[in-house]
Amino acid sequence: MAHADLISPATVTDPQPFVIAGREFRSRLMIGTGKYASNAQMIDAIEVSGAEVVTVAVRRVDLDRTKDEGILHHLDPDRHFLLANTAGCYSAVDAVRYARLARAAGFNEWVKLEVIGDQQTLLPDSIALLAATKTLVDEGFKVLAYTNEDLVTALKLEDVGAVAVMPLASPIGSGLGMLNPYAIRTIKQRLSVPVIVDAGVGTASDACIVMEQGVDGILMNTGIAAAQDPVRMAAAMKAAVEAGRNAYLAGRMPRREVAVPSSPTIGMLG
Amino acid sequence: MTQASTLATDAIAREMALTVNGAERRVPAGFTVADLLASLELDARTVVIERNGIILRDRSSFAMMELTADDKLEIVHFVGGG
Repeated sequence: MAHADLISPATVTDPQPFVIAGREFRSRLMIGTGKYASNAQMIDAIEVSGAEVVTVAVRRVDLDRTKDEGILHHLDPDRHFLLANTAGCYSAVDAVRYARLARAAGFNEWVKLEVIGDQQTLLPDSIALLAATKTLVDEGFKVLAYTNEDLVTALKLEDVGAVAVMPLASPIGSGLGMLNPYAIRTIKQRLSVPVIVDAGVGTASDACIVMEQGVDGILMNTGIAAAQDPVRMAAAMKAAVEAGRNAYLAGRMPRREVAVPSSPTIGMLG
Repeated sequence: MTQASTLATDAIAREMALTVNGAERRVPAGFTVADLLASLELDARTVVIERNGIILRDRSSFAMMELTADDKLEIVHFVGGG
């Protein structure tokens, strides 16, 4: 009789759900909604990526309506968790103002907090970031803090109540991949809150290597939106995040400087 | 004064200047927040308004909330971003 009936195919599941501040998310890949050629392309990319968390920015409504840039006509807040950012803010005061405006939109009290310190590199201002985190945590915000890959800053962000810490792989929009895997691993090992690498992932292998460090998730935008075919890259990133996560959980083999044959050395012909 | 110029003067007196998203706008005196949104063809549910630095949280109050000359308003919404 068919043997195959008795054998169910092996499956692997992630032993740890992806939880931030008590809320479980279905995907470890979070994606941004900027820079797409069209809203239709953005929606397709989100769909294919499997991302639940999508980031959005807060900006003035264009009252001249040369184009309708509002994103809520295109996203379904029931299907996607809208995570507002404070991109473009260069002071704690500005970032707090943008976060408050975002919360007043009425979706949630979560914010991806960015306080930029340098226009050329868009690297975060750690001191202002800490101050803004403190203020927003006191006001009941769930703060996911975009930060340098600096352990001490990450620890301080956790101390003041950030629900997740988001160290960069490399500068925003650079696509340079992870420049300091040691720092990312160290942050992950030392923090209790989720560590989500944000910014700098340029292609699928970058995402895979980031996840292999054991971090909880990745947030990316340009890596998908600026690909020649964003929708296909979204599929690649989904697979890469899952592959990297599984590789981390599986535990890689040790590196060796010498070859070890995979096939038996006995039984060779005489 | 002719009747026409009296009407014109009255019309100006019944107008007021606001700053909306950084640009001056003239609206009739007594205009409410809801009137302003309607004149801009905006849906209150998809925008957030900050008036003189204070966020207007209660959308149900917009119809009663009269604007004042020289109010500074910021009307924001969500756009694509990372």
